Amino acid sequence: MKSQKENSPIRWYGKGIPYLHDIGHKGKLIVIEGPDSSGRSSQISLLTTKLEADGHAVLSTGLKRSELIGEGILEAKQNASLGKKTLALFYAADFADQLEQKIIPALEAGYIVLADRYIFTLMARNTVRGISRKWSHDLYGFALVPDLIYYLKVDPYTLVHRVFEKNSSLDYYESGADMGLSDDMFESFILYQQKIAKEFQTMQKAYGLVAVDGDDTVEEINTVLKKKIDVFLKSRK
Amino acid sequence: MVVLQLKNKRLPIPGKLIVVEGIDGSGKSTQIRLLEKWLRYNGHHVFLTEWNSSAVVKEITSKGKKKAKLTPTTFSLLHATDFADRYERNIFPLLRAGYFVLADRYIYTAYARDATRGCSPDWVRKVYNFAVKPDITFYFRTPIDIAIERILSGRPQLKYYEAGMDLNLSKDPYDSYRIFQGRIIEQYESMVKQEGFTIIDATLGIEEQQNMMREKVAPLLPKKPQKQTITMKNNEITKRK
Repeated sequence: MKSQKENSPIRWYGKGIPYLHDIGHKGKLIVIEGPDSSGRSSQISLLTTKLEADGHAVLSTGLKRSELIGEGILEAKQNASLGKKTLALFYAADFADQLEQKIIPALEAGYIVLADRYIFTLMARNTVRGISRKWSHDLYGFALVPDLIYYLKVDPYTLVHRVFEKNSSLDYYESGADMGLSDDMFESFILYQQKIAKEFQTMQKAYGLVAVDGDDTVEEINTVLKKKIDVFLKSRK
Repeated sequence: MVVLQLKNKRLPIPGKLIVVEGIDGSGKSTQIRLLEKWLRYNGHHVFLTEWNSSAVVKEITSKGKKKAKLTPTTFSLLHATDFADRYERNIFPLLRAGYFVLADRYIYTAYARDATRGCSPDWVRKVYNFAVKPDITFYFRTPIDIAIERILSGRPQLKYYEAGMDLNLSKDPYDSYRIFQGRIIEQYESMVKQEGFTIIDATLGIEEQQNMMREKVAPLLPKKPQKQTITMKNNEITKRK
């Protein structure tokens, strides 16, 4: 096993990926977290445009997009017979695939990687379903510590309207319908999102998440994010 | 609202978990099947589970596996997913119900293979730490030449990951396989003491090995008086009053 270099800028949450400890990356990893319809993808597309205009190479990547099991995840979510740990590990495999095949190579090549969700959504989903925080934290010990993590915080009642504007129906999994919280889909959604939000609040301190008021308009949020990212990038020059 | 906690330790587990471990060709699958027959014959509830055999997980991963190349980490996590499915669906509920659960490979296979592939051994152990410890783990100690001869004589076409080709040990699948299996043996040997393996000398005759296993398993059987003991002779089950 190779040892991690003293001055390596790479930080892992746990033991990392031993066979990748020697890589040196010049890129930056910026994560945008938040529930469905919190406006993550709008922010990522606006930030991509801005950062590219500033002359950066940008890669945006999201969960559920891996070649390995991206499609399988959709099937798995509908398969109610899968256990909690099974599903948790499945998501972890999918995430690992993206981390190793997309994120790390892009960082090595000097890209700014904008990640549309990262391990925090996955960990929050595990925790609200009764899996211990410690196990999830250890499971993601192979993950890179991002340079910046933003969390779009949206009130569940605001969120539910945004979802309805887009889809006119609530997603089974994002409503926690698998958890038996309530027979009423609306109530289940609110209860579930409140639990997730509470978990994000807990993670905020532990993992250095920066909360951004997601109830604001897309433009307002974007102004805040651009400013913060600008300050960060200038400080690293 | 009920959120089930997976805190195994608090729940009584009346069943018994018996595991066989060892490299391919060590004869462990033959042995665990003989043990299964013996237990069934004696009227015990038995369930046999094999490594990497979850139909549900296989179906979901089959598309991607063909397209994408697995890294040691994704390889590890997909096997953990498979294990978790069998664990949550079968192994743990059956142990709770008092079954003899026989596992042809268990978490130690992951410990050995994933460490050989370059994953952090500490991480792999943490990923699998929800799994209960077996009552007995039989480790089939085999000289590598014997195991390889058994495998190569019966199944000459080695699969990519099976041969450890992803580790770039050698361009020749047979060389690669030999080196890979050698490293896995090292991993197993390093676990013998810490994990409390019961060693079975896999060069002994089939019946001799089986009798040793049955002797070891006998104390786990329910206390009610057993009228018959069964031993293996000439590959046939013999009853003795």
